[in-house]
Amino acid sequence: MYFTLSWRNIWRNKKRTLIAAASVFFAVIMAIIMRSAQIGSYAYMIHSSAKLYTGYLQIQGEGYWDNRSMNRSISPSEDDYEFIRSAPHVVSATPRLEGFALVSNDTATKVAQVIGTDPELENNMTDLKDKLIKGAYLKSDSDGVLVAEGLMKMLKLQVGDSLVLYGQGYHGQMAAAIYPVAGFIKMPFQELNNSLVFLNLKTAQRFYSAPDRITSLAIMIDKQSHLDETIHHLKKLEKYAVMRWEEMLPDMYQSIQLDNASGIIMLIILYIVITFGVFGTIMMMVSERYKEFGVLISVGMRKWRLMIITTLESVFVAFVGVIAGIIGSIPLVYYMHHNPIYFTGAATQTFEAMGVEPIFYFSTDSVIFFSQAVVVLIIALASAIYPVLFIRKLEPVEALHS
Amino acid sequence: MALIEIQHLDKIYNSSAVAVHALNDVTLNVEKKEFTAIVGPSGSGKTTMLNILGGLDKPSSGFIKIEGTDIFKLKSSELIDYRLNHIGFVFQAYNLIPVFTARENVEFIMLLQGVSKKEREKQAMALLDSVGLADRSNSRPNQLSGGQQQRVAVARSLASHPDFVLADEPTANLDSESAGDLLDLMETLNESHNMTFIFSTHDDRVIKRARRIITLQDGAVKSDVMN
Ligand SMILES: Nc1ncnc2c1ncn2[C@@H]1O[C@H](COP(=O)(O)OP(=O)(O)O)[C@@H](O)[C@H]1O
Ligand SMILES: [Mg+2]
Repeated sequence: MYFTLSWRNIWRNKKRTLIAAASVFFAVIMAIIMRSAQIGSYAYMIHSSAKLYTGYLQIQGEGYWDNRSMNRSISPSEDDYEFIRSAPHVVSATPRLEGFALVSNDTATKVAQVIGTDPELENNMTDLKDKLIKGAYLKSDSDGVLVAEGLMKMLKLQVGDSLVLYGQGYHGQMAAAIYPVAGFIKMPFQELNNSLVFLNLKTAQRFYSAPDRITSLAIMIDKQSHLDETIHHLKKLEKYAVMRWEEMLPDMYQSIQLDNASGIIMLIILYIVITFGVFGTIMMMVSERYKEFGVLISVGMRKWRLMIITTLESVFVAFVGVIAGIIGSIPLVYYMHHNPIYFTGAATQTFEAMGVEPIFYFSTDSVIFFSQAVVVLIIALASAIYPVLFIRKLEPVEALHS
Repeated sequence: MALIEIQHLDKIYNSSAVAVHALNDVTLNVEKKEFTAIVGPSGSGKTTMLNILGGLDKPSSGFIKIEGTDIFKLKSSELIDYRLNHIGFVFQAYNLIPVFTARENVEFIMLLQGVSKKEREKQAMALLDSVGLADRSNSRPNQLSGGQQQRVAVARSLASHPDFVLADEPTANLDSESAGDLLDLMETLNESHNMTFIFSTHDDRVIKRARRIITLQDGAVKSDVMN
C-alpha cells in the first residue's frame, strides 16, 4: 500500500512528473552516449597502442625498465613460460631480446634498436608482417634482418645487402656480426621508423651472447579491464618485474586521464541537470501537500512512515526517467558500436600522431548503463532529504490550519 | 472514571503582538457514549479545544486524561501512536487521501495499525457499508460529493476502533441536506456502536441534534447543558 500510495502520488500531476522524468531521460541518454564514446575510444586507443609494440603488460627483469641494460635480462624456465601463457586472460606472450647497436653499410653508420623476437608470435601480436614494404618477413630458421624504412634510406640499403652490427652484449661481451637484409618495414612513428632492426630471437641471443635470455615478454590480454586480475596472478612469479601499459606508455595514459577528467566534468553537469529535475519536482510535490501530511500525522501516521513514502516518490520519479533513458540509449549505443565514426579533417592527425586509426569507438560495457542507474539513484536519495527534513519539522496543527 | 477528564485547561498564543487567551480555565469531563457539541462564535476557541483534546496541540497549562492517561506526558512518537489507536478524526474539509479510493482510505488507518490485508479489506467494506457507501468503495474522493466524502471520513475515523471521534465543524462545507444526513449517520453510529462523538459547530440546525451542548465564549465555558 505504501508503494501504491507513492506511485500514485507521483502521477497526481502527470505533466510535471513527465517533465522531470524527461529531463532525467535526456541527461541519462547523453551521459551514456558520452561515456560509451569515451570508454570505447580509450579502450580502442589502449588496445591499438598495446598492440603496436608494448603489449598491455610486460614481464621484465627487476630494474630493466629504468636502465635498459642487457645485464638485467632474464632467462625464464619452460615452466615460467607455461605459467605466463596459461595465466587468466593472457592471449599471447611474445619474448624479445633488445638492445642498441651500431649498424652500418659500406659508408654509413647509425645507431639502431636491435630487437630479437619470435617471428610468428611477433606477427600474431603486432602484425609486423603487414608493415613489410619490400623483401620477405623474418623466418625462424634464418639470420636475415628486417630494417625500418627510415634507417634503410639513411644507410642506402637494398634487399640482400649485408648489414654490419656492432655493439655490446651480455656482461660487456663484444657483439659483432654481419647479417643479410631480408626486407624493409614501415613503422607508424618517425622515431621508430628511423631506428628499428628486427631479427630472429635465436640470432639476437647469439649476437648478444645471451643464450636463452630475453629482456622482455610482451603480453596481450583479452580485455583491458582484466589487467589487474592478470597482473595479480603473474606477480606470483616473484623473480620478475611486471610493467603495466600505463607505466610504459605514460604520455598516452596522461592524455587519457586528461580527456577523462573533462568527460567527468561534463557528466557532473548532466547530473546537475538531473538533480534539478528531480529535486524541483520533489520540492513541489512536498510543499503542495503540507496540509495532507498534517492530516496523516494527525490521524496517527508516524513521521518515518511518511518519510518512506516521500523517499519512494523521489526514487520513482528518478527511475521513470533513468529506466526510459537506459532503454532508449541501448539501441543507439549498439548502433554506434557497430557503426563506429571515422574521423575526417584535423582530428585525424591527433590520432595518427599516437599511431592509432582515427575511429571513434562506442563501448557497450554494461557498467556504463548500470552506473547511470546507480548515480541517479543516489541523486534521488539525496533529493529525498528535502522531504525528510520537511516532515521532521512539520507540526500537524499548523499544517491543518494552512 | 470519565472517558476524558479536562482540568484547568489554558491555551495562550503569544505569536502575535498581543497574547491571545484561546482557552481560559476549561474544566469538564466527557463520558463514554456522549454526543456532544462544542459551540460558540468564530474565534471562541472550539478548534483550539478539539486540537488539544486530540493531542495535536499542547495546552499552556492544565491537563487532559483520557481513560486515565495524561496524553501530554507521552513522547511525541508515542502520542502519534496514541492518536492512531484511541482517537478518530473528522475534518471540516474531509481531507481524504486523494489518490486512494474510499476503501483504501479506510484501510490505510488499519494498515498503520498492522492489521492483516484480509481483515482490513473486510472491515473497510463493513465500515463503508455502515456509512451507506459500499457501492462507492472504488471511487476516489474527487468522484464523490462533499457529503459522501465526509461519510468516508467518518468511516475512516472509526477504522482504528477509537475511544472517541473528534470532528471540527464537520458540516461546515456541506449543504443542509448532506449536513442532516451526516448527523443522522453520526447519531446512528453513536447509538449502535456506542461511539463517543465530540464535534464543534456554529450551525443552529446541527446544535439542535446534540445531546450535550458546551458553549464557549472567549475561550471560557459559558454554558454546559443537556439538550
Ligand atoms: N496558531 C495560532 N496563533 C495565534 N492565535 C491563534 C492560533 N490559533 C488560534 N488562535 C486564536 O485563538 C482564538 C481561538 O481560535 P479557534 O480555536 O480557532 O476558534 P474557533 O475554532 O472557535 O473559531 C482566536 O482568537 C484565534 O485567533
Ligand atoms: Mg474553528
